[in-house]
Amino acid sequence: MTHDAIIERLLSLARERFGARAATLSAGDDLYAGLGIDSMQAMSLLTAVEDAFDVEIPDYELAEVRTLASIAGIVARRRGR
Amino acid sequence: MKIFHGVTLSWSTTDDIVDVRLHRGPCNEIGSTTLRELEQLAAFAEAGAGGARALVITSDQEAGFCAGADLRELWEGIRRVSDAGWRSLGRPLDAQDDAGGTPWALGAVAQLGAVAIEAARAGTRKLTTPLVVARVRAFLTRIHHAFDAIDMAPLTTIAAVHGVVFGGGFELALLADQIIADKTARFAFPELRLGLVPGFGGIPRLERDVGNGVVRDLLLTGRSLNAKRAHELGIVSQVVSAGEARHAAFAAARQAARFDPATVRRAKAFAKKLPRARLDEEIETFLALIASPTVEAALDRFVHSTDVRPYLP
Repeated sequence: MTHDAIIERLLSLARERFGARAATLSAGDDLYAGLGIDSMQAMSLLTAVEDAFDVEIPDYELAEVRTLASIAGIVARRRGR
Repeated sequence: MKIFHGVTLSWSTTDDIVDVRLHRGPCNEIGSTTLRELEQLAAFAEAGAGGARALVITSDQEAGFCAGADLRELWEGIRRVSDAGWRSLGRPLDAQDDAGGTPWALGAVAQLGAVAIEAARAGTRKLTTPLVVARVRAFLTRIHHAFDAIDMAPLTTIAAVHGVVFGGGFELALLADQIIADKTARFAFPELRLGLVPGFGGIPRLERDVGNGVVRDLLLTGRSLNAKRAHELGIVSQVVSAGEARHAAFAAARQAARFDPATVRRAKAFAKKLPRARLDEEIETFLALIASPTVEAALDRFVHSTDVRPYLP
């Protein structure tokens, strides 16, 4: 799966979860500022990402992550590129 | 009582299955009111749950099953008890304000003794005085008593969980004979972030179900597991689609209810043991840690945090 395909899937997951708020979201946008999500919603998104890509992502790898592009990088590494 | 309507939880019994529902917002945080009602549930379950054959516990809260201890209440309690303890210094014991009026607290005030007086002379004013430790010990003793009774209740118990199953919420779920999770569930022991270990029996109970490597991973990183991973590790017995855990739990409860109650009691006592020594060790470890300034600072940080991500490391 290419980086772009991962990004596209992540955007799709965000739109499924956050609807109109995610309509104009791009890969480099701050998820918390852009979507106004809180930690509970972030965990829900994490669960969806793990499920969609069949990977396990420890929360601490997300400590500094605020964009879908960064999450895509973690997903790619965890999947072995 | 077969029907109970509490502030934080309620239960009713239909077809020999006790339906326990947690309903304290935002996510069933466990404070003193929840403890009182869990004690009532524990007494009911320990006495055989009115002849019921299975018990299912679920949460009505959208955010999840339970987010653990009520940290705001803990923090405020520490401040209140500590302030009362410090005000009491230098006054006769019988005139002391124990911030709660309980006899044991007067004994705890006496325990302030040389440590607190020395700290006062040195100009320090640590919140976590021996009085606070005594208060926390009393709380832990009560919750362990209730949790142990639910854990060993003489009927089949099932926790149906979703969303947040963190800290004390994870410990509550681990009381059940089976955990059935929907795919939104996440499990974590985040206590080290507060400078603590889980205090409601979570680690000794988790040790019954999984290897120590998993226990150390969860305890020492504070990371969360999704339902699928928890299932692979043996923490969860079934994973179902979002919103289906309650339905699956009642199907399992109906199956359990078919069996002879006396046989179930013997089988459960055979298959599930209370890790008594480890539970006692956990209480002492927790109390040794709560006297640390790290805890006070971490609780203060949590309570006053404006971070939108307080549950992330």
